[in-house]
Amino acid sequence: MDFNDTTQEAEFRKEVADWLSANAELKDGSKDSLPAMSEEDALVRAKEWQEKLYEGGWACLHWPQEYGGRGSTPIERVIWGQEVSKFKVPGGFFEIGQGMAGPVLMMYANEEQKKRFLPPMAKGEEIWCQLFSEPGAGSDLAGLKTKSVLDGDTWTINGQKIWTSGAHYSDYGILVTRSDPTVAKHKGLTYFFLDMKSPGVEVRPIKQISGGANFNEVYFTDVKIPDSQRLGEIGDGWKVALTTLMNERLAVGDASGPDFEEAFNLACGHDLNGTSAIKDGSVRDKLADWYCQQSGLKYTKYRNISALSRGETPGPQASITKIVSGNKLQEIANFGMDLMDANGIVRQDDPEYGMYQMGFFGAAGIRIAGGTDEILRNIISEQVLGLPQDMRADKGIPFNEIPTSNK
Amino acid sequence: MNFEFSSDQMLLKDQARKFLEGEESLKKARDVLEGEASFDESLWKSIIEMGFTATTIPEEYDGLGLGYLELCVIAEELGRSLAPTPFSSSVYLATEAILRFGSDDQKKAYLPKLAAGEIIGCFAHSESNTSPTAENLSCAFDGGKLVGKKIAISDGDIADFAIVSAVNGDTPTLCIVDLKSDEVDINTETTLDPSRSHANFNLNSSAEVLEGTTWESIQELLDRAAVLFAFEQLGGAEACMDMAREYAMGRFAFGRPIASFQAIKHKIADMYIAVELARSNCYYGAWALSTDAPELSTAAATSRVSASQAYNECSKENIQAHGGMGFTWEFDCHLYYRRCRQLAANIGSQSVWKDKLISSLERANQI
Repeated sequence: MDFNDTTQEAEFRKEVADWLSANAELKDGSKDSLPAMSEEDALVRAKEWQEKLYEGGWACLHWPQEYGGRGSTPIERVIWGQEVSKFKVPGGFFEIGQGMAGPVLMMYANEEQKKRFLPPMAKGEEIWCQLFSEPGAGSDLAGLKTKSVLDGDTWTINGQKIWTSGAHYSDYGILVTRSDPTVAKHKGLTYFFLDMKSPGVEVRPIKQISGGANFNEVYFTDVKIPDSQRLGEIGDGWKVALTTLMNERLAVGDASGPDFEEAFNLACGHDLNGTSAIKDGSVRDKLADWYCQQSGLKYTKYRNISALSRGETPGPQASITKIVSGNKLQEIANFGMDLMDANGIVRQDDPEYGMYQMGFFGAAGIRIAGGTDEILRNIISEQVLGLPQDMRADKGIPFNEIPTSNK
Repeated sequence: MNFEFSSDQMLLKDQARKFLEGEESLKKARDVLEGEASFDESLWKSIIEMGFTATTIPEEYDGLGLGYLELCVIAEELGRSLAPTPFSSSVYLATEAILRFGSDDQKKAYLPKLAAGEIIGCFAHSESNTSPTAENLSCAFDGGKLVGKKIAISDGDIADFAIVSAVNGDTPTLCIVDLKSDEVDINTETTLDPSRSHANFNLNSSAEVLEGTTWESIQELLDRAAVLFAFEQLGGAEACMDMAREYAMGRFAFGRPIASFQAIKHKIADMYIAVELARSNCYYGAWALSTDAPELSTAAATSRVSASQAYNECSKENIQAHGGMGFTWEFDCHLYYRRCRQLAANIGSQSVWKDKLISSLERANQI
């Protein structure tokens, strides 16, 4: 039992570190990051960095080289992630494309399409979004209603999607629709990709409880998609969507925000009931819980990396990470604001205090995004522990006869 | 990165598991719980024959000279099977104390017999309802005599000798006391987990000091044992999760297995999360213990707290998942519920270990 690289891994790590040192700036501390800026400016900065990665051969490590990737092993991808986290580099725009849309295109698109779309995706020239959830279909995604009708070799799309991250700056999207409402729920779905500039696509930002607007509603009014942009067979859209969602779980990682270290430092420098908060028994009790959770996640990740290093498939621990870190963030956010006493309700500009207020809202979102806590518990119990699926009231019923909120 | 037990260690774990199943360890735990015996002698003999008591004792003292990772996987299986023996007291505490702090003569006198299972040791530390501190220890060593009272000593009425904490002048220290002499008044105590025996001592006895030991040595001994206790707790927690899962799959209500209800599925998913976090933290503890890492006190407290939490969660929710049957004497749920409490109390409470964890992080922060 050790934390050391194999010789091969150590060589790769050195290659990564050398390239990063020559091309990016080291962080001063673990939470040090690039200065905040407008989304437009951040996008420009991210595209420049992605192009640099692409030219250097470091874009999309897990993709085959012919499509602009590096053809790396999973453990090499982990090593890259560890090393790149030490540097101040932009991100946040390409993950949905490279992590979810790209792998689906590789499986279902024709060769010409792969050659046309994958390299620009890897280079960061074109950004992709994912059009799955609808107002009436969230956790029960297969209940989606956006209608697709085929006429000749052209499909016409009508309906509404929601929670679409980055739709407002995306060039292309992956889309699941209902092509046949007369068959059972999971059977009548068909999957496409489309140009987000197509006539009839309207993107409206959604204002979040934090005040920001990272995601959108997307309306489709008689939007035309050529049949050549269908991914998978007609009626096979659910199967294609599952491939995408498996990649989503891997894409959504730790909740970002204050963690044990921040809470510990805050308690050390803050008074409570006339003495240092770190001396307070209830504070120590909570800190110990968060330390154990953080440590448990850290070493679970190490166990996964060890499995990858041996060439094994890691367990479904990504689900655990999101449940534990989201709830931990929500508790730590409340703890931080509580230590500020009455002033905890007043907006704090100093990030040392403001991060708890950001986390207060962020945690509420992370517990829902990419699979709610409840859906993740279903996944753990069904896919890891082999417990039976819940009984469904809609099983085997034609989709257009299933009771909904509106009837 | 290789943050996993080796294939040899996993093989040992598998052998230990099969051996303990073959020995019907769980049934023997119930027999001890219901009967008069303080432990299961036949199981203890088999464990000695397997060489488990000799695991970390060096070959020069007739041990196997294996490492702590081997002992960790054995501990997990003993915990899973609720083995009703004095293994933890004798191996994680008494053997460790002598290995770590004994003189050459003391090692020669005790270790070969401990390895061969000819003698059993225990650890006597608690004195009252309050956790022991460097300031409140009242057992006193003076002129070769140890005087005072110790309580809630696991295996105190089974052991041949005890490692006892005491003050020597102003300095806390560790002593060895022969329990076979008439100078120790040993009283068996009634506990919540009669599958493990406990006693209290009234001491007015000859004793020898483990030279050079201090309050820090006592903490070091507890830290090292905490990792091994955590593995027992981990094994017990996982056993409860498996029991709950199996029962929920087979028990039907409202025309379907109760394992198909989200209320039950999510309960079992939460057990799984607690067990996985505890397992990862236990591995961290095992790594620190086996490499004498400077982070040992942090790693030990982390594994201890995390494994105690997992066992608590799993043993109580296992009863809940069983419904009324879980509350019956006949089902085994209560054996785990009791053992969970026994292990949680054994080397200090959850609040004490949480405080130790934060204290060790404060120290690390100051360096």
